Amino acid sequence: MSGMSKIVKTIASITFPFVMIYGLYIIAHGHLTPGGGFQGGAIVASGAAMILVAYGSIWTMGKVKEKYLSVLESTGAIVFIGTAIFGLLFAGIFFNNFLFDGNIIFNIVPEKGSTVGILNSAGTLPIMNFAVGLKVIAGLFVIVLVMAYATTKRGGGKK
Amino acid sequence: MKMSKRNFAAVIFFTIVAVFLFFTALLMHPFGDFDENEPEMDQRIIDNSQTETGANNAVTGVVFDYRGFDTLGEATVLFTAVAGVILVFRRLKK
Repeated sequence: MSGMSKIVKTIASITFPFVMIYGLYIIAHGHLTPGGGFQGGAIVASGAAMILVAYGSIWTMGKVKEKYLSVLESTGAIVFIGTAIFGLLFAGIFFNNFLFDGNIIFNIVPEKGSTVGILNSAGTLPIMNFAVGLKVIAGLFVIVLVMAYATTKRGGGKK
Repeated sequence: MKMSKRNFAAVIFFTIVAVFLFFTALLMHPFGDFDENEPEMDQRIIDNSQTETGANNAVTGVVFDYRGFDTLGEATVLFTAVAGVILVFRRLKK
């Protein structure tokens, strides 16, 4: 793929920030509204794939290197497992939600039943949502990017 | 034809797993049957997930707290997929 027409590029550039904001909102409100790390990460990665289709894989590969995306994905995995291991250290159980009724952060326990969502609640769940979201963003985008870049014809039809 | 040691072990292992799965299937409770006197996992999660995890979204409460290991496995699957794609397509890049 070597980029599409100017119309497609302009429209993709205009739509891109809104897709990003929507996906990041889904990740950040994962413990309050439907969705979460996986779903929001898939939305953000779809927006990045739209840019990839519009501008072509060579241009995109010049902007984002896949090794940095791999580092981002591994960071997400380490944060996720690290939070689980902190549960083991502080509360004695792997994946224990040790923050949700403490006094550090994310510590408001909502009323039982249907209530207004409080962003500062749910303990370790927002942290894990962000970690999984980072992992899914980087993972899905690096898959699409590497496959698109590897199958692009460059330099006189040479694969 | 004489069966090799490896095939013999495979047959024994297969038999054990098959018997185990068969008796597990017999022990499952009937499909769609709900006993009101013994509310099960779903009712317990609906009742307690807000006070036990602090999350208004019960699905996130289940995915990241009650069933954290499942999410860890999914994350591992994604990691393996990325590693496989980069491994396969690295030769085509040059």
